[in-house]
Amino acid sequence: MALERSDVEKIAHLARLGLSEGEIPQTTATLNSILGLVDAMQAVDTSGIEPLAHPLEATQRLRADAVTEQNQRDAYQAVAPAVESGLFLVPKVIE
Amino acid sequence: MQWETVIGLEIHAQLSTQSKIFSGSATTFGAEPNTQASLIDLGMPGTLPVLNAEAVRMACKFGLAIDAYIAPKNIFARKNYFYPDLPKGYQTSQMDDPIVGKGHLDITLEDGTVKRIGITRAHLEEDAGKSLHEDFHGMSGIDLNRAGTPLLEIVSEPDIRSAKEAVAYVKAIHALVRYLGICDGNMAEGSLRCDCNVSVRPKGQAEFGTRAEIKNVNSFRFIEKAINHEVQRQIELIEDGGKVVQETRLYDPNKDQTRSMRSKEEANDYRYFPCPDLLPVVIEQSFLDEVRGQLPELPTQKRERFESQFGLSTYDASVLSASRELADYFEAVEKTCGDAKLAANWVMGELSSLLNKDNLEIEQSPVSAEQLGGMILRIKDNTISGKIAKMVFEAMAEGSGESADAIIEAKGLKQVTDSGAIEKMLDEVLAANAEQVEQYRASDEAKRGKMFGFFVGQAMKASKGKANPGQVNELLKKKLEG
Amino acid sequence: MHQMTLAEIARGLKDKTFSSVELTESLLARIAQLDPQLNSFITVTADLAREQAKAADARRAAGESGALLGAPIGHKDLFCTHGVLTSCGSKILTGFKAPYDATVVDKLAAAGSVTLGKLNMDEFAMGSANESSHYGAVKNPWDLTRVPGGSSGGSAAAVAARLLPAATGTDTGGSIRQPAALTNLTGIKPTYGRVSRWGMIAYASSLDQGGPLARTAEDCALMLQAMAGFDPKDSTSVDQPVDDYLAALSQPLAGLRIGLPKEYFGAGLDSRIADAVLAVVEELKKLGATVKDISLPNMQHAIPAYYVIAPAEASSNLSRFDGVRFGYRCENPVNLEDLYKRSRGEGFGAEVKRRIMVGTYALSAGYYDAYYIKAQQIRRLIKNDFVAAFNDVDLILGPTTPNPAWKLGEKSADPVSAYLEDIYTITANLAGIPGLSMPAGFVDGLPVGVQLLAPYFQEGRLLNVAHQYQQVSDWHTRAPAGF
Repeated sequence: MALERSDVEKIAHLARLGLSEGEIPQTTATLNSILGLVDAMQAVDTSGIEPLAHPLEATQRLRADAVTEQNQRDAYQAVAPAVESGLFLVPKVIE
Repeated sequence: MQWETVIGLEIHAQLSTQSKIFSGSATTFGAEPNTQASLIDLGMPGTLPVLNAEAVRMACKFGLAIDAYIAPKNIFARKNYFYPDLPKGYQTSQMDDPIVGKGHLDITLEDGTVKRIGITRAHLEEDAGKSLHEDFHGMSGIDLNRAGTPLLEIVSEPDIRSAKEAVAYVKAIHALVRYLGICDGNMAEGSLRCDCNVSVRPKGQAEFGTRAEIKNVNSFRFIEKAINHEVQRQIELIEDGGKVVQETRLYDPNKDQTRSMRSKEEANDYRYFPCPDLLPVVIEQSFLDEVRGQLPELPTQKRERFESQFGLSTYDASVLSASRELADYFEAVEKTCGDAKLAANWVMGELSSLLNKDNLEIEQSPVSAEQLGGMILRIKDNTISGKIAKMVFEAMAEGSGESADAIIEAKGLKQVTDSGAIEKMLDEVLAANAEQVEQYRASDEAKRGKMFGFFVGQAMKASKGKANPGQVNELLKKKLEG
Repeated sequence: MHQMTLAEIARGLKDKTFSSVELTESLLARIAQLDPQLNSFITVTADLAREQAKAADARRAAGESGALLGAPIGHKDLFCTHGVLTSCGSKILTGFKAPYDATVVDKLAAAGSVTLGKLNMDEFAMGSANESSHYGAVKNPWDLTRVPGGSSGGSAAAVAARLLPAATGTDTGGSIRQPAALTNLTGIKPTYGRVSRWGMIAYASSLDQGGPLARTAEDCALMLQAMAGFDPKDSTSVDQPVDDYLAALSQPLAGLRIGLPKEYFGAGLDSRIADAVLAVVEELKKLGATVKDISLPNMQHAIPAYYVIAPAEASSNLSRFDGVRFGYRCENPVNLEDLYKRSRGEGFGAEVKRRIMVGTYALSAGYYDAYYIKAQQIRRLIKNDFVAAFNDVDLILGPTTPNPAWKLGEKSADPVSAYLEDIYTITANLAGIPGLSMPAGFVDGLPVGVQLLAPYFQEGRLLNVAHQYQQVSDWHTRAPAGF
């Protein structure tokens, strides 16, 4: 299942990664070589095997419903690229 | 061609927990921007979610209330997409293994028939933040206070066939979540939001048509209007030889139109996968038993009880059980006066109009259930007539808190039941209208019937409405027949 | 002073042979002098270190004690440190002074350790050569033309060069054990869930685990004792008491059953490393261990499975780096999409972008079952192999890496060739079991490591065996020339 340029462009868009024209051929080749490595997996018979998502197969612990956080907006927004009136600024969101 | 509408609804109910689903931030509505956004809500690098026990309990309550399968092991998944109000670049939600599986809810239609609507599933997820579009030098501002608020997304089967049914269903869900105390139901604040999947098909066709999804409709009225508009749009489109495209649309209440949301249309490959930061949630049977034991009487149960215990019609029973507060009020009235039908009529009639007129909730009613019940007692023992009762009610509606008895006493509204006094008054009325009496006596049965009303009116007017109408009728008839 | 192990430092501080302030100043001077050759630090936190050292001396003067009280350490630069740049070796975290401390940072600080700085690493812990860092490659102190391993390459180089006695690291596919092997250190990846991940910036959440790198097993025990433990802030943290690792060190090895998986000694392994590893086995036999040949038949599938699962999780974990709330934002974005694409395109390096794309692809519609689900099924097969093997043996032993450290730049053109170097380490991450690498000798003057794997939560056993071996060997005491 070799990826083509258009696949790579689609994946890069899904992942919101800007790739320059020049980067695309190299990226396509490298991704194909990685997928070549990964595709070795398809030869393994895994019928009837339940997927394992967490090594310990533990279960979720629940937190008591209590407010434990105080307002720390100033401290948290100190690392933000653009804020105004307590809001994070981004280019206009069009719906 | 005859068209049939097919509707499925996705309702997002914000669960009324104190803290967020995965963090200890408050969920209070209306706080200053980003003051309720913790490290976790901001998606700060290195932060991790821990699930709120109350959100799980509330979801289970809902599942039990709709008689649903509750998954003994349910799983959180990530729905991946980029949007500025989604801080982590994914929404933690549930995909393949939701906490609540198949269930159902009965709704009562206006004609009193009961229809069962299937509920496909209900799953827990986190709410997103908000984009504010006021002009910040051409930028949008992002407020993440709402991000991480627990949501229960309730997905119906495509069992709904009209906008009216859709509204009835949303009202029933609204009532249910409020009965359960898991959501405040405040649609204006977005606590309950609705996405409507709408399609049309020729009557009799088995396959569904292509559906459009109308996002975020936030009032009962808009749900009805948005669906009706969308159905009309689709029918016209098809009849003009066009095709409905599967897309997301937005309802604009100002223009009463739906329009396509292009920004959300493209490339929605959400790449769901189990969230590796959260483990499977296990629901023990003992926990479910405990939750079941705490369930209140639910709207459907209440409606059925109102029908059987009080002999109310299905429609009346469903109106009165629509909210816990209204049902409690009705039951308190009934308890005071001992007459369910009169209680139902007054609560659904005069009281409802009063509340509607002043835009009040039942809890804010200026007339207490005890006052109303006390007044109905006076109707029953013939102290006042129905007409006079309306005057008493109007007086009570002013909110003085005075009892019906006090008002009747103070205003001298007590009904006259002394037949001697009534006869005397009738004699005066007949004497004053001797000509009409002549005519009456000369007329045939049919004509007499019409004229009789005139004499009753004159008599009631003469007694200022206080004469007992039954007695007036009876005595009047005797006198006229002579 | 810099040649002392953590245990020796603890004794010196206890006996008041020197103070934490003196030791800290001496190491800060050494870092300033020597690190330019290595590039192992991204940030030297001299002021913080002096403050913490002074506080530690004061605590000791007030009667407190503790093995780490006043001990200098460094943190891999993906552990969040309040008010200090936490970069993950990436341009995208430019200017990110973390607004909070990771649990590991908190715990080590509470134990009185002194943070000398934040250590270089492969960008977002993706790599096994420490060449993908935005802050430049790290050099191996044993040969400055070679890589130190990765992704905890800065931690390994700094400790190997005696700039620090110990450092924290993280291990997603071998990122503690492999650099430890390539720089003559001891490093342990604990059981998944033993060390809190709160504040440890994620690469692949179901595989990442923090742990220490130090020169001896005893030092690793001291570090892990402070790092490990249940954390209610991490849902995957395990609520189970932490063993007394120091007490475990002295257990005799008599009766210890060691399994040698045949798959660890097959094609691809440098035969000189095989010899070094088998020589370690001989020593362990002398200490009372018995040896058995075993098989882990699904090991060969581990690399493909890992290179689906880790990138898949990473592709999602790294979505939060979007130029909105923290970190790098591109200049003058024209619209939202431009903001995302350029901030991420410019902020992430090539290897990170590759893995995000592989992961995005593996999770995308139509490929999820063939890639992601398949990989998770193989993950179970690999776990099952270990569970079965541990029915017969107490410990599994093999090489940590197939080759010693390679030349800088040697594998950069072909990422897949570097991926293959993870062959012996990634199975432990997929299964979640603990693994340790310790010095096993030298090949052409370059250090090589032996890896020990144990059942869940038997970190104490791993440290015990390594410690007992280090009582009868001296590989771990050797320092690189010039350091």
